[in-house]
Amino acid sequence: MQSAVIVFPASNCDRDAATALEKITGHKPLMVWHEETTLPKVDFVIIPGGFSYGDYLRSGAIAARSPIVQDIIKKAGTGLPVAGFCNGFQILTEAGLLPGALMRNKGLRFVCRPQKLQVVNTQTMFTSGYNNEEEITVPIAHFDGNYYADDDTLKKLKRTGRILFKYVDNPNGSQNDIAGISNQAGNVLGMMPHPERAIDPLHGGTGGIALFKSIVEAVQ
Amino acid sequence: MKKVVITPEVVAEHGLSESEYELICDRLGRTPNINELGIFSVMWSEHCSYKSSRRHLKKMLTKGERVIQGPGENAGVIDIDDGDAIIFKMESHNHPSYIEPYQGAATGVGGIMRDVFTMGARPIANLNALRFGDPSHPKTRSLVAGVVHGIGGYGNCVGVPTVGGETNFHRGYNDNILVNAMCVGHAKKDKVFYSAAKGVGNPIFYVGSKTGRDGIHGATMASAEFDDDSEEKRPTVQVGDPFTEKLLIEACMELMSTDAIIAIQDMGAAGLTSSAIEMADKGGVGVKMNLDKVPQRESKMTPYEMMLSESQERMLMVLKPGKENLAVEIFNKWDLDVAEVGITTDTGHLILTHKGKTVCDIPIAPLGDDAPNLKRPYAKPQELETLKNDPVIDPIERGTNYKDIISILITSPDIASKRWIWEQYDRSVMGDTVQSSNSGGDAAIVRIHGTNKAVAITTDCTPRYVTADAFEGGKQAVAETYRNLCSVGAEPIAITDCLNFGNPERKEVMGQFVRSIEGIDAACRALDYPVVSGNVSLYNETNGQAIPPTPCIGGVGLIKNLDRYASLSGAKNGDHLVLLGNTTGWLGASLYAHLILGHDKADSPIYAPPPVDLMAEKNNGTYIQRLIRNRRVNAVHDLSDGGLALAAIEMAFASKLGFEIKGSADIPVYAWLFGEDQGRYLIAVEGNSLNPILSTAQGLNIPAKKIGVIGGDRLIASGAFDLSLHDTHMEYENWMPDYMAD
Repeated sequence: MQSAVIVFPASNCDRDAATALEKITGHKPLMVWHEETTLPKVDFVIIPGGFSYGDYLRSGAIAARSPIVQDIIKKAGTGLPVAGFCNGFQILTEAGLLPGALMRNKGLRFVCRPQKLQVVNTQTMFTSGYNNEEEITVPIAHFDGNYYADDDTLKKLKRTGRILFKYVDNPNGSQNDIAGISNQAGNVLGMMPHPERAIDPLHGGTGGIALFKSIVEAVQ
Repeated sequence: MKKVVITPEVVAEHGLSESEYELICDRLGRTPNINELGIFSVMWSEHCSYKSSRRHLKKMLTKGERVIQGPGENAGVIDIDDGDAIIFKMESHNHPSYIEPYQGAATGVGGIMRDVFTMGARPIANLNALRFGDPSHPKTRSLVAGVVHGIGGYGNCVGVPTVGGETNFHRGYNDNILVNAMCVGHAKKDKVFYSAAKGVGNPIFYVGSKTGRDGIHGATMASAEFDDDSEEKRPTVQVGDPFTEKLLIEACMELMSTDAIIAIQDMGAAGLTSSAIEMADKGGVGVKMNLDKVPQRESKMTPYEMMLSESQERMLMVLKPGKENLAVEIFNKWDLDVAEVGITTDTGHLILTHKGKTVCDIPIAPLGDDAPNLKRPYAKPQELETLKNDPVIDPIERGTNYKDIISILITSPDIASKRWIWEQYDRSVMGDTVQSSNSGGDAAIVRIHGTNKAVAITTDCTPRYVTADAFEGGKQAVAETYRNLCSVGAEPIAITDCLNFGNPERKEVMGQFVRSIEGIDAACRALDYPVVSGNVSLYNETNGQAIPPTPCIGGVGLIKNLDRYASLSGAKNGDHLVLLGNTTGWLGASLYAHLILGHDKADSPIYAPPPVDLMAEKNNGTYIQRLIRNRRVNAVHDLSDGGLALAAIEMAFASKLGFEIKGSADIPVYAWLFGEDQGRYLIAVEGNSLNPILSTAQGLNIPAKKIGVIGGDRLIASGAFDLSLHDTHMEYENWMPDYMAD
């Protein structure tokens, strides 16, 4: 499986994402600079966490308008699997690939902790490796993770099984405890928690491994 | 530009004494112009010249088997085998953080990271040691909120995990908080960069942010006492931009992977002035710079402003001729300003031109090495009484019970959980944090990426002890870092020190400073644990009231194999609790004495703090390392504030299991539980390990005793307390959120 990790000037989980991909897929991903206009031919793309362009203006807002994201929007439309973690999720909502928005945490503070999640839907390319309603622990580290969408969108997300992960003990005020969602077609995932930091018992636990394995299985 | 006449008032405004001014005139053979005066004033400020402290710092142990670079560079460098080096330093940003807590703390973090990546190391961990005023002081809450937000705001964005630190509260810091930031970085041993600008005719490059008018005279501010008008100094606080810092790290790393750089230095205190002068001075060259080339954020900046600005996220580097285009390309890629601003020369002078005119021409040597080196008078330490364990200090005799005492101790601001603080720091970015604040270990553990080895890192100081006895307190601060590193199974290697004191012109303060250094040095020598970098922060004083002396120590150790490390969270049901080290029940200057006996009151007699037996410290620490390496222990915790009782309770919280501990036949129960004898460890061991551990200890002459067992959900100390683990833990967790929410 060939994968790519997008690198914005202040991405800071790009190395973590690459480490996870290499460990689980056995292949080093391509690191793709934000000024590129075309994605190389890959099976899977990660938009990593961090602060893309400093997160000035609004988290992910400037990144969503970068050259590479325009090509991601195009190729996601034709079915390319894309996952955005943390800042990547914010970028995906800003780019319109996922509905809703990530607002400032309810407590108005940055929050970093090992977070319990419930896997809500295991019938997706990102979650097939989990057991139904399985509880996993994955680190969170964000200031703007408070998921908001209008009622119709929330209902639709629920009805169509697009809520993939929910928080157990909501840390940021997200509506319906939403931690991660997919697009209608099921090939774009956005989540605030960091599965790429949960692939190692010495660091962050192993709650993220099944996510990467699910993707490997889906694209091979 | 209007010519400024140098009057005695102008000299005084620059914080220079009359004799210093005369010295400048003497060295120049003429009167300086305003630019030259400004340059001398910052270079000779306490902050840059260490004029009060230099002669004392020189005596310290700075060499060791693993030391690659000791004090004198941007940071210290140690060898951790396999061609890997660790580069680290701790630095204060006290004065700015009090005036503008968010930016003060943020730029403190930014500054210390630059010191580390300037030397070629990728930062892998940040820590911070914070001291705030009394929680009831009206400013404390907002200072805590601002400082924590600033540290998180900067470190989180740059993407370096903030893995540990410490926080104290005391009225002595009401008007002078301390923000000490430590950064640890990793480099390959053969890719360490230094600041000596060797060679003539090499281009000098300015990279990073543009220069603005912020922070002018920050170094001078940090070299004076505060008074009631200090908040008017707000414009001298710098503003940080972590986004630019992140770009600067990546761009520098990229350039450093080539062979373009001869010397590199970040622009910290005194900005362009000190970076240019330090590089030239160390390289034995002169420097000529054209200030028109300096990227400027504001129009009509004067040479004086450019040279003294402390705008953040800037670096100065000397490149090999022919590598100019390579550097420009890399910095352009990262959208950073880059400009060739000068050249190294053989004149030995700093020559600055601006709009075609020479605006500064001064010899470099007197600015650096010939800076004033004061011999300030200092007071001899006071004679201290030893606190006796007699019924007068028995809680029962005093009409209180142990349940209340535990409650007071675990909800005291210094002890209560700091989750509210460290949850605001990204601790897991970079994917190598093995232990951090929320693991509850004594030291943070950060893996070297792609290997199975790690560094352990801690910061410590017990100002209570240093206030009572600066020598013992200095020793203890070093010993506690040593103990914390041993507690996780690391081999302690070296320290950085951040020495925070009041006004050195007062001989009592100077006495504290000198004695602390002697104590630190005694510990370093006995433990073979040198100082490789550090920082001195004096004048932490407002209206004549100095802070408690706070020589903060940052310790770094090596864990060679991550299959063998320990924390305090591994205790298992049925484990035996063993106390290692000598217990006498020493309560002088203890947390118990301060909080329960009221010894912290201004009119209370001062009792001697627990003495540190450095031989025992070394023996016990070495034994603990060995037990961890041989996998003989499930959990380890050193004993510090609050003695055995709090060590056991903290282990119980981390392991989510209760305990039952026995009393001692020879020591009154309160002294047994709360005494703070040094060099001790509490370990949880399985049944079959117990006897071998005790008998080996006996052979090594280390006092070791089984004192209880782990298990259940009660915290029980016979003859004293029987408490609910859950309720006690909630009390411990709730103090800070409740306080901050008020």
